[in-house]
Amino acid sequence: MTPFLQLRRGVIDLKGKSAAIWFLLLPTIIYLSVFIGYPLFKTFVMAMSGEERPFDTFYRMFHDQTFWNALKNTLFLTAVIVPIQLVLAIALALFINKKFRGYTFLLYLIIIPLALSDITAALMSYTMFSPMGYVNKILINLGAINKPIYFFGYMFKTREFWIVVLTEIWRATPLVFVIILAGLQSINKEYLEAADIFGFSRSQKLFKVVLPLLKPSIMSALLMRTLFAFQIFGVVWMLAGRDIPVLAGETYYQYTFLNDEKMAAAYSMIIAVITLIISYFYLTTLRSKHLEEGVR
Amino acid sequence: MLKKLFFWIAVILIAMWFLTPIVMIFLAAFTPAEDYYNPHKIIPSHLTFEHLYKLLFLLDGWKSIIISVEVALIAIGLSFLIGLPAGYAMARYKFKGKRAINLTILLTRSIPLIVVAVPLIVIYMKVGLSDTVLGVALAHTAMILPFVVLITSSIFSGISVEYEEAGMVFGLTHFQSFVKITLPLALPGLAASAIYSFIMSWNEVFVASILTLTNRTLPAHILNTAMASPDYFKFAAGVMMAVPAMIFIFFTRKYLISMWGISLK
Repeated sequence: MTPFLQLRRGVIDLKGKSAAIWFLLLPTIIYLSVFIGYPLFKTFVMAMSGEERPFDTFYRMFHDQTFWNALKNTLFLTAVIVPIQLVLAIALALFINKKFRGYTFLLYLIIIPLALSDITAALMSYTMFSPMGYVNKILINLGAINKPIYFFGYMFKTREFWIVVLTEIWRATPLVFVIILAGLQSINKEYLEAADIFGFSRSQKLFKVVLPLLKPSIMSALLMRTLFAFQIFGVVWMLAGRDIPVLAGETYYQYTFLNDEKMAAAYSMIIAVITLIISYFYLTTLRSKHLEEGVR
Repeated sequence: MLKKLFFWIAVILIAMWFLTPIVMIFLAAFTPAEDYYNPHKIIPSHLTFEHLYKLLFLLDGWKSIIISVEVALIAIGLSFLIGLPAGYAMARYKFKGKRAINLTILLTRSIPLIVVAVPLIVIYMKVGLSDTVLGVALAHTAMILPFVVLITSSIFSGISVEYEEAGMVFGLTHFQSFVKITLPLALPGLAASAIYSFIMSWNEVFVASILTLTNRTLPAHILNTAMASPDYFKFAAGVMMAVPAMIFIFFTRKYLISMWGISLK
């Protein structure tokens, strides 16, 4: 057997089969190069080539207040949403992991949002918070208000922002939850028994045993959510349009509404660079298990 | 006793938090327009299929559902055709450069499709793929493919190579052995990941909206028309998006949960 090629169990004779392996791998490699590698390269080229001279697109972008707003909003949304999701997900996971009677039913309920798109989640939010939505109707019928509270529209940007936050929390907390729950279940029960023997209180057990052991899961959930939070688009675009500009939304706007390919490419490049930095950190420092499992 | 009460209140609150928006959008989608715009009417006087019907047959909903399904099927077919062999190779063989390939695939998985959408449409315009079903399907394949490679690789790793070897001892070729022994064993997992791929494609909105103008998938169609539509159409649209995804997750829930590493024991 050549050192180039070793079989896991060593019964199938693989001598001279390295060509076969690359034959299996090559279609994937070619496809990803053509449809992700090359366009990614082209994003950078388009963004940097500029209209008249190199980099003038970036010059325009950096002198545009909207860009800074979009960057600020994307960062701010991430900073608000991700920690809340994490805390809620940990609480939920601890609760479900008690495995009371009927917990599977609750578990299945919690994972429903994982199947729903951001568009759908946004529309569900709209059902609740539109001027004639259920929140307003219930408040009116309770006599708490006379006319509907407006949650959407340029005048009510702050409210819009918090509706977006609420929607994202509803939609994506389950995603953090499944990672945390899987991590929780992999904790060796003996640690907890040992803690019992030493007379740890419940909160001591949580903070001194469970959470430290959960750290790898927490870190990967955090980083993955951060990664995807930078791509936030559907929910914001549906609920707030450009009242709350975000990076992905501006990419879309620049391309579809202004036909400014280069500017759209420049916005994409900013997202790409941030994503690459985060995922580099992610892939080099952590187990990449959760990306493999396709939780988004 | 009090503890038990709090416990059940928590259960009910969690269930309500996740269920309320779903129930409400279904209710709203079937509420007649005059009841919806009446602030004093929470529960509709009767239910109507009018909005859903209009959205499906008068406002191109049906057409975009068909496009969505076509896109998803092509993308799933292609990504399994291309990705399954790679997943198999990653699961069964050790070879030089494996780690690098694994990392590259993970990286492509984390690169958002958003980032490649703009150059893709520029390329598509040159080759005549812009505003086509195939164009969107090819882009979605790029999104699904890394997932397929990684997930099939983990499925195949879970099936002992010894079964295949036994088949070969009895005179099957390696390929026959794979088709007759490993593939049937892998089938449930493969089916679940195909369904998950369907949901990924069904839900993807950004690239689908950028790459098309008239041949829009359902989410792209909704994204571009919802703002200008009356509210009840928005709710009907949400229901149309949610139903297939919810049905699919219902049937694959056990596989999904074990795929995420959660045990129910």
